Amino acid sequence: MNSNGNNGDLRIGFYICHCGHNIAGVVDCPAVAQHIAKLPGVVVSRDYKYMCSDPGQELIAQDIREHRLNRVVVASCSPLLHEHTFRNAVAAGGLNPFFFQMVNIREHDSWVHTDVGAATAKAKALAQAAIRRVRFHRALEMTRVPIHPDVLVVGGGITGIHAALTMANGGKKVFLVEREPSIGGHMAKFDKTFPTLDCAACILTPKMSAVRAHENITLWTYSDVVKVEGYVGNYTVTVRRKPRYVKEDLCVGCQECIAACVFKEPKFPDEFNVGLGKRKPIYIPFPQAVPQVVLVDPERCIQVRTGKCKQTCLEACADRQALDFTQKEQLVEIKVGNIILATGFKLFDAKRIPQYGYGLYPNVVTSLELERLVTSSGPTGGEIVLKDGRHPKSVGFILCVGSRDMKTNRWCSRTCCMHSMKLAQLVREHTGADATVFYMDIRAPGKGCEEFYDKSLKEGIQFVRGRVAEVTDWALAPEEEGKLVIRVEDTLAGFVRRIPVDMIVLAVGMEPHADAQEVRRLFNMSCGTEGWFLEKHPKLAPVSTFTDGVFIAGCCQGPKDIPDSIAQAGAAAAEAMALIDKGYIEQEPNTANVMEEHCSGCKSCIPLCPFTAISFDAPSQKARINEALCKGCGTCVAACPSGSIRQNLFEDEEIFGEIEGVLADA
Amino acid sequence: MLDTTWQPRIIAFFCNWCTYTAADLAGVSRLKYAPNVRVIRLMCSGRVDPQFLLEALARGADGVLIGGCHLGDCHYVEGNAKTLRRFLMLKRLLADLGVEDQRVRLEWISASEGDRVRSVINEMVDQVRALGPLNLPGRFADWDREMTGLEAQVRAAEPQTAPKAGELTHA
Amino acid sequence: MKYSYFPGCSLKGLGRAYEESLLPVMKHLGVELVELDDWNCCGATAYMSVDEAQAAVLAARNLAIAEQTGPQDLLTPCSACYLVLNKTQHNITDFPDIKTAVHRALGTARMTYSGKTNVRHPLDVLVHDVGLDVIKEKVVRPLKGLKVAPYYGCQVVRPYSTFDDDWNPTTMDQLLATLGAEVIHYPLKTKCCGGSLTGTVPEAGLRLTYILLKEAARRGADVVATICPLCQFNLDAYHDQIERRWGPARVPTVYFTQLMGLAFGFPPRQLGLQRNFVPMKELPTERVAG
Repeated sequence: MNSNGNNGDLRIGFYICHCGHNIAGVVDCPAVAQHIAKLPGVVVSRDYKYMCSDPGQELIAQDIREHRLNRVVVASCSPLLHEHTFRNAVAAGGLNPFFFQMVNIREHDSWVHTDVGAATAKAKALAQAAIRRVRFHRALEMTRVPIHPDVLVVGGGITGIHAALTMANGGKKVFLVEREPSIGGHMAKFDKTFPTLDCAACILTPKMSAVRAHENITLWTYSDVVKVEGYVGNYTVTVRRKPRYVKEDLCVGCQECIAACVFKEPKFPDEFNVGLGKRKPIYIPFPQAVPQVVLVDPERCIQVRTGKCKQTCLEACADRQALDFTQKEQLVEIKVGNIILATGFKLFDAKRIPQYGYGLYPNVVTSLELERLVTSSGPTGGEIVLKDGRHPKSVGFILCVGSRDMKTNRWCSRTCCMHSMKLAQLVREHTGADATVFYMDIRAPGKGCEEFYDKSLKEGIQFVRGRVAEVTDWALAPEEEGKLVIRVEDTLAGFVRRIPVDMIVLAVGMEPHADAQEVRRLFNMSCGTEGWFLEKHPKLAPVSTFTDGVFIAGCCQGPKDIPDSIAQAGAAAAEAMALIDKGYIEQEPNTANVMEEHCSGCKSCIPLCPFTAISFDAPSQKARINEALCKGCGTCVAACPSGSIRQNLFEDEEIFGEIEGVLADA
Repeated sequence: MLDTTWQPRIIAFFCNWCTYTAADLAGVSRLKYAPNVRVIRLMCSGRVDPQFLLEALARGADGVLIGGCHLGDCHYVEGNAKTLRRFLMLKRLLADLGVEDQRVRLEWISASEGDRVRSVINEMVDQVRALGPLNLPGRFADWDREMTGLEAQVRAAEPQTAPKAGELTHA
Repeated sequence: MKYSYFPGCSLKGLGRAYEESLLPVMKHLGVELVELDDWNCCGATAYMSVDEAQAAVLAARNLAIAEQTGPQDLLTPCSACYLVLNKTQHNITDFPDIKTAVHRALGTARMTYSGKTNVRHPLDVLVHDVGLDVIKEKVVRPLKGLKVAPYYGCQVVRPYSTFDDDWNPTTMDQLLATLGAEVIHYPLKTKCCGGSLTGTVPEAGLRLTYILLKEAARRGADVVATICPLCQFNLDAYHDQIERRWGPARVPTVYFTQLMGLAFGFPPRQLGLQRNFVPMKELPTERVAG
């Protein structure tokens, strides 16, 4: 066995995979194998149906032993998928796994070309490139990176809460950072959850309390992440803690300060009630808020804005002295090994579809606004009322507002059909009003959901199949006076209908947060084309990202309901815990190192490294690379004027070999 | 006269995290594009040494395509910024060598932009096809012959006497 | 401010009140209009539905004249002309076969067109170029107490909405408010008036006209302000037939330029208001001091 293939006995094994019909349907695999067999150094050249299968892998291991192979090349699918698989197969045969090179002739060839001749020529060229490259491979070992046992969870909705509790119960120390003043997320605003109609607060608040009480969870609300440095297992995160002007450890949530505030009546729009209620400048977000701590709105509080207030709130808190108007923003640095993002979603702004009259007609509300009206702890005490205080006698539910729409958002928001049917049932229960749901399709997957649809039908909720064209207050007949008219083509009945109702509820879709792009850059991740955080693989790795150590869960990855969000939270927690329990992660050893005998000390490379892995050693006057810090980008390698830096797995000779091989046949 | 059986050969250097993944996505989505590009995978577009491009062209490639992450999105923070710098300088050099602008291209393609991989490759192949073969090896051979010929002419025209001792032949 | 001016056939015929009121109003605001020399009919919706390429040729001739003689901003009050000229611009750019037909036809008359003409609507020019402040200064008789329903019709918002929102345009609303009128909320402001169907298939066309008038009446409008000659005609001329078929809905319909003229203190006869079938109520003649 040679460590560089420049001299000595090169024995290369070449395997081209049919991948069933996926590759063989377009690329003439036997022809490629025959072509490669003729190249110098190739000892074995086979084509096989499924190389990644057990017998396929066994074939490699066997050939290594029988034919004393010292290099292996497999032409099949993308290395991003199976490089690891085949490296293991090579190792199983007793050869260092890094004497292996993979050729992508599926994603980059058979799947994207139709001309058999051209595809086969391309496969031959790519295979030849790998054959020339692999002779320069060296024996290497995977590097191990230790994993810090603490975890950061960003986002304190049901997903973040569940992930945090799962890991904390497993003995891990968790930092849960939430940017709102309380955890609970969107679920805290719901009344009852489908399909079981159990009360959202009843199932959520015990989990919220568990978070507060858990010795392994450090809960930082009204805080956000401002900087992330490091890499898997070794992240340094800076968290900004915004000033509440209340000392969290002293406030007991008695709310005497709120009662004593100089504002005798609540005056400002209440965020938790989506603007439907009012609050004072000093407030608690909602009665079950965790932490049960008051906060002061710096833009509305007279003391914070002008410094000239009677400060009756301070008097009310004389014995505990929890209020502190001198509080400032704090930046705290923490070290964690893994990060789980559970930042959730935002709702579509219904004003973007002016035909539905949101913002124009007062009795057109969004699904979340109705949710707050329905809740007994909401701004109307659970009374579903129109803006003038009357109870509605008829309510229309318009689905797919900002979803499945070429003009706004293309995707289906997955939860709105069930959500609207639930609201329709609750409206009927509370008011007895007529409820009509205007739909394109009713999507009710999940356990108990189709049965929920049946129940809605049995309860007398009307369903009209048609995408609503407009909501108008134009009245054509006496019964339409004073009402909102829904104009829709009833596609099952076959004509256009005008349906007057008192109140309209828009099932607004889910969207990524407005700052999703900034957040994902902060964590060195990608977003998909639609703006949701990008998972590593939509089927096989929905909670991992391309950045090791950063996981995503819940609606930030794509619209989903509560059961699926909790499932993803558990999945992300498990993946993080797997890394922590193993204690280390193995990474490809594609780091760079300086060949000191060639280095002239020109220092061109030193400022190039974003990870500050290169330093200048004054005594020897040479550049030196700290391989623990090196991430393997290769920028310094390309920049070195004398070619003194070498990157494992991507050495200059290896790349030149590929270039040569790919252009060898004219 | 263009050889009608000639097909452009373009070498592409794609970064692992963005463009290579986008090309995989194009494959998974079964998008179809011209088969003239051969991809070489690197971890970062910052690894692209200008010598790679020159080597590829010198060995007969008709074009070179570099694919990296959008600026600001580099997995290694700013490798692609260095690529951009080097690329701009290299283009000027290549222009002097007579390599047309459309033959050497730098594109930022993110992991979810499978369709852009398709459209960029198709567009580039069409452009290079219209330009015809670059055939640098052939040109180098021609220049070599030209130089050898000129050298012979110059020597033939020079006086045969050797320089006197002490006489300076060069400044 | 100077614009080329394309009146179109309507403004010289049945819709002459539009021109009669537009010209003095524009002059009063210091906007110079230069009528296109030797303009021809734009073809309106009729020709476009029969032969798109030929219709484009007809309309493009006007665009070519405007480009050549200048100014290249072409004020086009009639909605149909406005849409046809705009559509022709798009078609010449987007469809190579139409572009070829137009250039070949223009070429026979030794004319060329390179796409520089800007088709502008008077509402656009008044609100965005002249400005509501300037207009407000010229108001000597504010239309106080006059409830106006702003009616835009369809062709200035569909399929291209170049100067205003396509669902809820507000340029005319703002303009009327500046004149001191009470602009009522009118949800049918962009609904079809019936178009040519009022003549050919009255039970369908007139029904649409009836709906517009009924809603305006229901909301207490004193007058409907319109920007299109066909809309004005439909809303104004068929009240008897409408009453016979469905019931009364008598609301007068005028051009917004006529209301502007009244607010500027011009006498009603100068603005062509006597041409209405259903007359507008007399406005008090009080003037604002100064």
